Amino acid sequence: MDARNTKVMNRFDVTQRLIAKLKHEEAVVGGIGNTNFDLWAAGHRPQNFYMLGSMGLAFPIALGVALAQPDRRVFALEGDGSLLMQLGALSTIATLKPKNLIMIVMDNGIYQITGAQPTPAAGVADLVAIALGSGLTNSAWAADEEDFERLIDQAMSVDEPSLIALRIDDKPGVGTTRRDPVQIRERFMHGLGVREPL
Amino acid sequence: MAGRLAQITCRPGHVDNPTRSVKFRQTAATRPRNLRGTRENAMAIAEQQTSSQAGQAAGDGSWHGIVLQTLKRNEISLVPYVPDRVLTPLIRNLHADPFFTTFATAREEEAVGIVSGAWMGGRRGAVLMQTSGFATLANTLASLAVPYQIPLIMFVSERGTLGEFNYGQSLVCRTMRPVLDSLALEHHTITRLDELEFIADRSIKQAVTTQAPVALILNPLLTGGKVFDK
Repeated sequence: MDARNTKVMNRFDVTQRLIAKLKHEEAVVGGIGNTNFDLWAAGHRPQNFYMLGSMGLAFPIALGVALAQPDRRVFALEGDGSLLMQLGALSTIATLKPKNLIMIVMDNGIYQITGAQPTPAAGVADLVAIALGSGLTNSAWAADEEDFERLIDQAMSVDEPSLIALRIDDKPGVGTTRRDPVQIRERFMHGLGVREPL
Repeated sequence: MAGRLAQITCRPGHVDNPTRSVKFRQTAATRPRNLRGTRENAMAIAEQQTSSQAGQAAGDGSWHGIVLQTLKRNEISLVPYVPDRVLTPLIRNLHADPFFTTFATAREEEAVGIVSGAWMGGRRGAVLMQTSGFATLANTLASLAVPYQIPLIMFVSERGTLGEFNYGQSLVCRTMRPVLDSLALEHHTITRLDELEFIADRSIKQAVTTQAPVALILNPLLTGGKVFDK
C-alpha cells in the first residue's frame, strides 16, 4: 500500500493501542525522543526499554534482545528520522530472520523534536519499500488504526520478522521519560527475567 | 511462543542470583545447533572441553585461536562484526563454530546496539571491528554503553601504525585512545601472544563484573597487521 493513501494517525494513540495488545510480557524498545516519550506515557511496563541517545539503534537493540530471548516477542518503536540513520540494520535483520521481532516505524516526515525540520526522505522515499528492498518481506503500511491492530495481530502470529509503518501527525510526545539510564536498564533486565532486584 | 517458557539458569556472572531459574531463556542444550557432521560435532565437544580448563591455551596457539577460546570460556556467544583483513581467520573460525552466532553488520554502531540488547536479555556478546570503525562509535559509547552501564566488549584490529600505508588510517588511529580516555574507558593494547589470554580473559571478566565497556586493541605486533598491497 502506498503511504500517501494511508490515514495520518497519532503516535500516542497507536502506542496505547499496541500496549493494550501485549499479554505475554513482550519486550518493547522505544527509540529516541518522542517515540519513547509516548511509550512512557502509555504506562510504564517492566519490559519497556527507553533510549536516551544512540539515535537509530532501536531496531539493533531489539534485535539483540530477540536473539537473547527467542521465546519472547520483541517490539521496537522507531521514528522515520531515526530509521534513516541506520537503514543497514534492516538488511541485517532480514538476513538473521528473527522469528520474534516486530518493528514499528512512526513516520511524520519531520524531526519533530528539533523544530519540525523535514527529513531528507520526506515526500520522496517510501520506508516500507526500503524495508521490502532490504529483504524484510513482511513489511506493510498501516492504512488506519484498525488496520494497524490487524497488522500487529498478524505480526504476532508469524514466524518471521515484521515491519509496520504508520503515517503520524506532527504532535510532540505526551509524556517525558525519566532520564535515569541505569534504572531504565536494570528494571528492563528485571522485566525480562534476567535479574532479580536487590 | 510465549507459552513455551524454558526453565533455565542464567550464565554465571550475568546475574546476581544465578541459582534462581529464569523464564524465557534457552539452555545450551536446547539451543538449536547447526552442526555440519559428526566430525565437526566431535571437534566442537573437544573444544568445549578444552575451553572449560581455565588457563589452558587454545588449539594451535594462534592469536585468533586464543581469542576464540577465551570468548567461549566466558560464554560470549554473540559476535557481530564489521570485517577487517587481519580479523579474517578469527571471523572464519567463529562462523565455523556452532557455539557462536556471528554475522556482519552494516555499521559498528549497529553491532554495539545488538550486543547491548543481548546483554540486557541475558546473552553475552562482543563486537569485532577495525580502528576506523571504532572512530564511528563515540556517540554510541557516550549515550548507550557507558550511561546504561553495559559491559560492551570490543576487539579492535589496529590499523594506522607500525607500517601503515594509508594516511587516513594513520590519522584516524590517533583518535582512538583519546576517545577511550575521554570517557575513562578501560582499554588495553595487546602486543604479545603470551599476554593475550591473560589480558583478554581478565578484561572480559572485569567488564562483566564492573558493568563497564572494555576495548581490547589487537596491535600489529600480535597479529602481523596489514602491510602494503595486500
